[in-house]
Amino acid sequence: MAMTVHVDIVSAEEQIFSGLAEFVALPGEAGELGILPGHMPLMTRIKPGAVRVKVPNQVEEELVFVAGGMLEVQPGLVTVLADTAIRGKDLDEAKALEAKKKAEEALVNQGSEIDYAKAQAELAEAVAQLAAIQRLRKRGH
Amino acid sequence: MASGKEIRTKIKSVQNTRKITKAMEMVAASKMRKAQDRMRAARPYAEKIRRLAANLSQANVTDYKHPFLVQKDQVKRVGLILVTTDKGLCGGLNTNVQRIALNAMKEWDAAGATEIRACCIGNKGFGFMQRMGAKVVSHVVHLGDTPHLEKLIGPVKVMLDAFQNDELDAVYVAYTRFINTMKQEPVLEQLLPLSGDKLGTPDTSWDYLYEPDPQVVIDEMLVRYVEALVYQAVAENMASEQSARMVAMKAASDNAKNVIGELQLVYNKTRQAAITKELSEIVGGAAAV
Repeated sequence: MAMTVHVDIVSAEEQIFSGLAEFVALPGEAGELGILPGHMPLMTRIKPGAVRVKVPNQVEEELVFVAGGMLEVQPGLVTVLADTAIRGKDLDEAKALEAKKKAEEALVNQGSEIDYAKAQAELAEAVAQLAAIQRLRKRGH
Repeated sequence: MASGKEIRTKIKSVQNTRKITKAMEMVAASKMRKAQDRMRAARPYAEKIRRLAANLSQANVTDYKHPFLVQKDQVKRVGLILVTTDKGLCGGLNTNVQRIALNAMKEWDAAGATEIRACCIGNKGFGFMQRMGAKVVSHVVHLGDTPHLEKLIGPVKVMLDAFQNDELDAVYVAYTRFINTMKQEPVLEQLLPLSGDKLGTPDTSWDYLYEPDPQVVIDEMLVRYVEALVYQAVAENMASEQSARMVAMKAASDNAKNVIGELQLVYNKTRQAAITKELSEIVGGAAAV
């Protein structure tokens, strides 16, 4: 039997994948990462994209789309903390500003919606999803 | 004594009320199950990120100390994240958590706090804080039945930024902890600075390879950790809300049932009295003829 490593993919809202894997590929911040059993301890940010998990005795790879997150590799354990929302310094900033603005507006009792940041976040997520799908198509999935 | 017709109308109206409370009870019961599932679904992430943050806080790769981990000697400026529900009709749930928040605010005031900023999650708390005249720096309402982390990022970041820019000395979160269906408990917890005992001890200290560099990774991780804590609080609050509503509506249905029983008794008595009266009048009339 091939060497395996335990992989957990969790998001704040649910557990997405948990089990043994022979190989994990994911989009790290500095480039595509391939993790085999026995990888050295690593901690990094990951970009929006697809996480591919090669499960033993299964031809098809498990595919999970993540909107970014964090990756931790320990000897024998790989943890992917997936974000449920597309994150980014500017996006987070926009959200915070929006929240602040809303609070200020509520103070003067003027109700108006600012959808810009939300639309921007949705656009970014859609673009990332499209890119992931295109990459998958190229590989002939 | 009220006439038969009046009592009948009253019974009808109480019956209608009971139908509504019964329906709400059943809706709350089914939502409660889902809310509990969601609360449990969030646990693996919270557990994982807690362990990671614990590992990180112990890792002495650099002399970099994240502001979230630095304990302040004096707490003068406080931030409070108040988690409440959007809707009412859930018993004393919101009142209890608001009371805890109010007491804490009074205490901070008495201890010489110069500034208290509030972040309100949920409509009820938002209204409450505005009535109290607190400084509400951010808020989010209408979360719906599923809490989404995405909606919480902005409002929470306002608090985190304030803490990071040294505008606040501590941040607390007040919410209702879900213990079981019958029992929910309002709690006030310190969110920032992160206390060591909450993080727990790390399993082992690995020599991580950080990409791109330790500071960036630690920053990101801790922000996510705090957000996960707030998310967990919101998820628990929602489960508490549904079970509190279910219990409150069950009590209301039971009360309505009792009221209907009593009214029915009165109605029957009035009806019988009327019949007896009529009979005796007829008998009296016949005797007179």
